Amino acid sequence: MAELVWISIDESPVEVEPGTTVAAAILQSDTAGFRRSVTGEWRGPVCGMGICFECRVAINGQPHRRSCQAYCESGMVVRTK
Amino acid sequence: MTGPEYEVVIVGAGPAGISAACVVAETGRDALLIDDNPSPGGQIWREQERHGSNWEAAHWLRRLQLYRVEVLRGATVIDGDPDKHAIVCETANSVSTIRYKKLILATGSRELFLPFPGWTLPNVMGAGGLQALVKAGMPISGKRVVIAGSGPLLLAVGAYLKKQGAHVLAIAEQASWARLARFGLGLPTQPYKLAEAVQLKRALFRVPYHAGAWVEAALGETVLERVRLSLSHRRWEAPCDYLAVGFGLVPNIELAATLGCKLSAGCVQVDPMQQTSASDILSAGETTGIGGVELSLMEGRIAGYSAIGDRLNAQWLFSDRERMRRFARRMQKAFALREELRHLPLEGTLVCRCEDVSYQRIAPMPGWRAAKLHTRCGMGPCQGRVCGPAAEFLFGWHCQSTRAPVFPARIDSLIGHKEE
Amino acid sequence: MSEPVYDVVIAGAGIVGAACAYACSREGLKVAVLERDFIGGGATAAGMGHVVVMDDSEAQFALTRYSQQLWQELASELPADCEYVRTGTLWVAADEEELIEVRRKHQFYSQRKVPSEILDSRSLDAAEPQLRTGLAGALFVKEDAVVYPPCVARYLLERSRDLGARVLLGKEVIRLDDEGAAFEDGTMMKGAVMVNAAGARAASLHPDLPIVPRKGHLLITERYPAFVHHQLIELGYLKSAHKSTADSVAFNVQPRKTGQLLIGSSRQYGMDSPEVDRSILSRMLARAGQYIPSLPGLSALRVWTGLRAATPDNLPLIGRCPGYRHVFAAAGHEGLGITTSLATARLLIDQLMSRAPAISSEPYSVQRNIAVHG
Repeated sequence: MAELVWISIDESPVEVEPGTTVAAAILQSDTAGFRRSVTGEWRGPVCGMGICFECRVAINGQPHRRSCQAYCESGMVVRTK
Repeated sequence: MTGPEYEVVIVGAGPAGISAACVVAETGRDALLIDDNPSPGGQIWREQERHGSNWEAAHWLRRLQLYRVEVLRGATVIDGDPDKHAIVCETANSVSTIRYKKLILATGSRELFLPFPGWTLPNVMGAGGLQALVKAGMPISGKRVVIAGSGPLLLAVGAYLKKQGAHVLAIAEQASWARLARFGLGLPTQPYKLAEAVQLKRALFRVPYHAGAWVEAALGETVLERVRLSLSHRRWEAPCDYLAVGFGLVPNIELAATLGCKLSAGCVQVDPMQQTSASDILSAGETTGIGGVELSLMEGRIAGYSAIGDRLNAQWLFSDRERMRRFARRMQKAFALREELRHLPLEGTLVCRCEDVSYQRIAPMPGWRAAKLHTRCGMGPCQGRVCGPAAEFLFGWHCQSTRAPVFPARIDSLIGHKEE
Repeated sequence: MSEPVYDVVIAGAGIVGAACAYACSREGLKVAVLERDFIGGGATAAGMGHVVVMDDSEAQFALTRYSQQLWQELASELPADCEYVRTGTLWVAADEEELIEVRRKHQFYSQRKVPSEILDSRSLDAAEPQLRTGLAGALFVKEDAVVYPPCVARYLLERSRDLGARVLLGKEVIRLDDEGAAFEDGTMMKGAVMVNAAGARAASLHPDLPIVPRKGHLLITERYPAFVHHQLIELGYLKSAHKSTADSVAFNVQPRKTGQLLIGSSRQYGMDSPEVDRSILSRMLARAGQYIPSLPGLSALRVWTGLRAATPDNLPLIGRCPGYRHVFAAAGHEGLGITTSLATARLLIDQLMSRAPAISSEPYSVQRNIAVHG
């Protein structure tokens, strides 16, 4: 098996298999609400294919990244809100 | 405009795009296959490259390698200029202009989501969406899942999730038994499909399958807790971890529309050679009408032959394509959406998830553009890809409004794309 | 049943038509508004939505300042979706030469009691950290605001309707003359006074009106709350955009209430197709990037174009149309239609009621001697 990848999600370290998307990693850490909507509701991933933009998080300080379209890379810093 | 030039550029590396690329590359011509996902296969063959088990997918992906088709991964086509035979591709940290002699659009489809109370709660996902997330590493073993919506995808997703260890509590298909039976009677003309159906049935042993059933509400405080279904003559409610919903598929026509291809009934219009109304632009697969993997592969091959001017080989496949299209039309009829679904949203139910616009604010609007300008519906980052088709179903509007960029793009990509 | 005769029949439900409808309805006049499409769907929706005071000419200043004060009165009653925010404008000076212009502008506004303040290089950095360092300074014009015009137009028409006005959507006027408004199906709506408020299409109703379309591009981003705080305009704008007949771009960024950034601007003559011109878009964004270095990294949601109804002297046409007794124009507002809509309506109603206006309406008269473009 390939080496595990370590990333940080909301300041907690999480280890995942290579090829795991950031969305899947966040769901592994038992977080369902990825972000707040424009009126403050919790939202999580829906389409899983980069269309709906519901799974947006900040990755390495960049806001509005679609977590379902990004693979985890070692040392990545992910922030949900 | 500068940038590399290819004889044939194919956008979308699903079945249609892959088969088109293979046909072109077989003849030694240079083809470029572009996809916004990290690996080829499209939604249907997602993650096949890494841990695939589907023989057909494996076969096509092998051919892609065999013919050394150049694949540009993780690249989103954000704009194009048909007069200059050029498209603009954005990747994680660059932008490039790519020129083509022939362009094949095989951008596939997305799920149709319809609003119902609670559909915005976290853990309410698309049916294909949940499957994609599980393939990408989301844990599902031991989780309780309800699947609802319409179409054959529900069964495929149910079988997949069950195999991954999920407890599939129920599958709710909105089409009635009567419609499905009428559809089922036609099956023997497609023995391959019949075998597939039997396989699925086996895989879904002991999973309750309800026809004429639909989701009424997803319930929960801040996250999904329970699901309420309407079954024929009764209500069904149960606690669950995930609700997977999909009401069929919507062709991704945004790029084609931006490039000036004519549409009809929400699909890209093509002639028998898969040629669109825009010169040197072809289209194949779900983009031209929802029809499944087999039809997509077939249309992709025809588009490939068409792009290299091989009419004979293309025409040879017409009758097969016609048979598959007939089957697809029957399928569409069988799974036609029922009137009750139009009445699922309550006044406060959100229709536009990006901008949080409720049903009651959108309903009085005279049309899609007015709704966009006066309520912000469809003005968020999904650019109306979710609420547009929903509003089309709910209000009967024509919700096609494409604006550059085709997908949200970095501003520097729009700066970089300029004439020299 | 025959249609009643209206006091005022207005063609066009953009911001100008809506403001005129509201002003007339408040006077107790019986108003009908005819719109080919829907409320605020033309230049009203396409523009930036600023409420700014401008000083290209005394006449332009008078109209923009008067209108800005009317906006301040209206602001308190506007619903939230109108997104009225008093951001103020920073006229950014890139170098010493432009700083001279800052001082001139400051003096001009001070003499006319428009609150403004000169920011030096350091205080500009502090006010807008995203701007590149080393800019010479800026003039802060404090009462400028931004607004979301389609919803304002709708609000004004809703209020008009409450006062008895009739608003007909999907009703295209093909002729507007002393009798009334004529439609394609041969029917007519009669009025005592007709108002052409058809924006960029005004000249198709009255070809004598000296209006040409001037095309503009805009881009809106994802939400980046508090990225910038004021409307930002380069001072070169005056040189590049207003005083030239060639295609031009200028740096102009607005923070919207949603946290989005609205980025402009471009001006092109002789174009009436709505297509995005990639080349000028690229120039426009590159210009913005020169002022805000981190801007190119932001995510763009949409790009669109709009047509400004431009007149040769950049002043609108407000008043009786030549050759008619009962037809008036309220058109030709170029890039300032949102700002000047409310004052336009006041000048119009004052003329209709034969009252003395708050500012002289002479400079905007349709019959004025306009220097015609070559």
